[in-house]
Amino acid sequence: MSEKTMPLWEVFIRARSGLAHKHVGSVHAVDAAMALAAARDVYTRRGEGLSIWVVPSAQITASDPADKEMLFEPTASKIYRHPTFYKVPDDVGNM
Amino acid sequence: MYTQGLLDAKDGPAGGEDAAQVARFEARVAAEDKVEPNDWMPEAYRRTLIRQISQHAHSEIVGMLPEGNWITRAPSLRRKAALLAKVQDEGGHGLYLYAAAETLGIAREEMVEQLLTGKAKYSSIFNYPTLSWADIGAIGWLVDGAAIMNQIPLCRCSYGPYARAMIRICKEESFHQRQGYEIMLTLCAGTAAQKAMAQDALDRWWWPSLMMFGPPDQDSQHSDKSIRWKIKRFSNDELRQKFVDATVPQGHHLGLRFPDADLRFDEATGHWRFGAIDWSEFRNVLAGNGPCNRQRMQQRRQAHDEGAWVREAAIAYGEKRRAREKTA
Repeated sequence: MSEKTMPLWEVFIRARSGLAHKHVGSVHAVDAAMALAAARDVYTRRGEGLSIWVVPSAQITASDPADKEMLFEPTASKIYRHPTFYKVPDDVGNM
Repeated sequence: MYTQGLLDAKDGPAGGEDAAQVARFEARVAAEDKVEPNDWMPEAYRRTLIRQISQHAHSEIVGMLPEGNWITRAPSLRRKAALLAKVQDEGGHGLYLYAAAETLGIAREEMVEQLLTGKAKYSSIFNYPTLSWADIGAIGWLVDGAAIMNQIPLCRCSYGPYARAMIRICKEESFHQRQGYEIMLTLCAGTAAQKAMAQDALDRWWWPSLMMFGPPDQDSQHSDKSIRWKIKRFSNDELRQKFVDATVPQGHHLGLRFPDADLRFDEATGHWRFGAIDWSEFRNVLAGNGPCNRQRMQQRRQAHDEGAWVREAAIAYGEKRRAREKTA
């Protein structure tokens, strides 16, 4: 196809106040305003959200899945970071 | 279903893939771990998904045409608003699916080109004409009913972006089937002529709807691998049987008869047994010789060509804005 292509944007929607924006998919658009308009049409036809973020896909820096073990494995052995590691007598009550 | 056209694909063994890596991948999938875009995956898994998701997207887009045919002639404002919303959903579903396929490394423009040049297929069902208003009821009831039967298990597909898109689609689609059945109910409670119109629509859409599930299991080339990779959860014949079991009582509730002399309830198994499907018709429609294949493709190409100036103008505007921002 000889046509120029439109950049890709990732779409995030806040479903209700108090919740974080959550990734829902992506759209193609030439600029941020049109990306927002497209995201509104494509991803919010049934009151799915109160707020939309669009982010150029090329601007996202992601960790490499191949580094998963190096990055996340070390926390598996650090069980002392969890409250259940510590013993408190039952008669002390909820803590 | 919407992905039934996977008949001409070749999934040869991929060269240069590490057997241990493939084994690790298959173990992950077997353990119900989801695969995400940047994870390593076998090339055949990637190709199968690109083909399936893009065919599914194309089916949503082409599926707008038979129903769009009736938007301006809907019998009331209520029906018109519902049909408009349904067709708009289908456009949206096509876009969710193109976005999911793009995460596998194919550009949307490339997929659209594959559709327009006839390289990619879409569901055979959209090559049948919508001759009367009752067809809009039959499509919602039967075609969307069959689609839902196929799509609910896809919500658990091993590929994360596809599964997430399917969850959104399934949530939105239950209205499609209900509005179709409501149209049928209204026609069947109407005059004799209206009921005859509903019967005629069922007569014409029943067999093509059963064909939506794809060829019988013994002829389906892709089922084994797709099931092992958890892209598919049930075989074509299993899904077809589930659909028949769910749909036949709904048709009887309407007071309609199914165009199948062999249809009977099997007390022993609790299933509705149906007659032989004419697979030569199915192959013929997939090969491009259905009643509307040429018209559908011509309309898609025309829409694409007539929209070119909008895409070009948007890109030129984006470039101008960026150039101004640089000099400002």
